[in-house]
Amino acid sequence: MKLFNIHNYLLRHVQVMLSSLGELWRQPVATTMTLLVIGIALLLPAGLYIILKNVEQVSGEWQQANRISLFLQNEMSDRRGEQLAEQLLTWPDITEASFQSAQQSLNEFREISGLQSLLDTLPNNPLPAVIIIEPEENQPQEATEALLERLAALPEVDLAQLDMQWLQRLRSINETGQRGISILAILLSLSVLLVIGNTIRLAILNRQTEIRVIKLVGGTNAFVRRPFLYTGMWYGLLGGVLAWVTLLISLLIISGPIDDLAALYDSQFKLQWFAGQMLFGLPLCGLLLGVMGAWLAVSRHLSAIEPS
Amino acid sequence: MIRFEQVYKRYESQHEALSGLSFELLSGEMAFLTGHSGAGKSTLLKLIALIERSSHGQVIVNNQNLNRLPKWKIPYYRRKIGLVFQDHNLLHDRTVFDNVALPLIIAGENHREIGRRVRAALDKVGLLGKERSLPIALSGGEQQRVGIARAVVNRPPVLLADEPTGNLDPELSREIMYLFEQFNQVGVTVFIASHDQDLINQMSYRHITLQHGKLAENHS
Ligand SMILES: Nc1ncnc2c1ncn2[C@@H]1O[C@H](COP(=O)(O)OP(=O)(O)OP(=O)(O)O)[C@@H](O)[C@H]1O
Ligand SMILES: [Mg+2]
Repeated sequence: MKLFNIHNYLLRHVQVMLSSLGELWRQPVATTMTLLVIGIALLLPAGLYIILKNVEQVSGEWQQANRISLFLQNEMSDRRGEQLAEQLLTWPDITEASFQSAQQSLNEFREISGLQSLLDTLPNNPLPAVIIIEPEENQPQEATEALLERLAALPEVDLAQLDMQWLQRLRSINETGQRGISILAILLSLSVLLVIGNTIRLAILNRQTEIRVIKLVGGTNAFVRRPFLYTGMWYGLLGGVLAWVTLLISLLIISGPIDDLAALYDSQFKLQWFAGQMLFGLPLCGLLLGVMGAWLAVSRHLSAIEPS
Repeated sequence: MIRFEQVYKRYESQHEALSGLSFELLSGEMAFLTGHSGAGKSTLLKLIALIERSSHGQVIVNNQNLNRLPKWKIPYYRRKIGLVFQDHNLLHDRTVFDNVALPLIIAGENHREIGRRVRAALDKVGLLGKERSLPIALSGGEQQRVGIARAVVNRPPVLLADEPTGNLDPELSREIMYLFEQFNQVGVTVFIASHDQDLINQMSYRHITLQHGKLAENHS
């Protein structure tokens, strides 16, 4: 008998679930508009998240390219500079140290810049000698920075500069971006909550008579609430699926050019889609927000509708 | 079955709709509730159905003191009270079958039982052929009978009716009253508010008459 009741109960849930889906189906225009709003609100943070994750990956790849340039004191001899480079090579966290004399720097600059005649007019070489250092790969950023400080403290060194400091800036921009996205995600979730809540509120107002009659013949609040919760669930779930599909299409459109660009720069970079996570995450977020929004709307309005 | 002890009902407007009302209706009894417009008939029935609560005094139904019934239990209590209204309170976007099935769906009955009992109730009120119709397509008398079928479909021990014949001509009214008599004959306690004096006088049941919220007459 007990089992039988549970069976009835589940059957009733499935029926309500399907009939609330049918209800949405019967108002295709209104439903589509609501789903679009929900879909876009879910799509935006997801899309930005994917962009950021990809940028992170690119900057991760370039971490290996860290280099330190040591600009040496002007009056130092080339001989002393070479000695210093050899000495530095014995440091455990340095894999490469190559000396480039002031004259070599000038020659190189001459070639690159094409300012030959201008440089010839200078009384003496304005460029310093340089030692280019490649730190141990795969060491944390802090270790590289510590190395940089030790190098800068050497008496022969005028200036030690970590190349690609812009990379760090990119990373911190990325971090800021992630916080921004979190805030955006929260705000947009709130808007999904409100959109669904408002849609459900209208549905409740449209069915006031029905709610009154149900209460008159002994319907519990749970019974009255149920179809609205399922409606909210469908809105969220379908909005999430819509967001996912849109995301995939957008990625499909931009992935070709991006991969071409990466190949051009000889990069290992491949656009990450996160399709699996999004397939799971977007509808789930949508569903939770939908049920919550419906719950809020129903609890606010249900108790006000009593038979009279 | 239904007992009122010194019941007062005051609405927010400070108007006293019922004052110091006491009476008792026995189990299996059928009675009429009469009185002028505004005498408090609907208010009295609403107290029994817990649509309103008394301001003062006890309402006891089936040995249950309604003042002590917590809010969440009201739906379960209402399932044991059949309610019939003057304006039927039917759902116009659902078929006759679905309207009558509503109390059973709410109570979580299984599909087969629902079909069986809805048809039995519709048969009782003579509307078996109309189960697929929408209420709009029915006459006033037929709609009222759908309302009655819905009220009795889960076999409540108490049946309350507020002006059930208010919009009907005398002949239809008599048919409806005849239906109530039949339910009473199988043991249901029936309480009908009406100001159709002629109809009431044709039938020899007890009347309880209200006047400005007070008991004016109470006799068989
Ligand atoms: N919800 C309410 N708020 C305030 N006053 C009310 C309310 N319902 C009823 N009343 C007042 O209570 C009194 C009794 O009303 P009730 O509806 O019980 O009368 P009635 O006997 O059913 O009248 P009728 O025969 O016209 O239906 C009336 O004076 C009415 O104005
Ligand atoms: Mg009345």
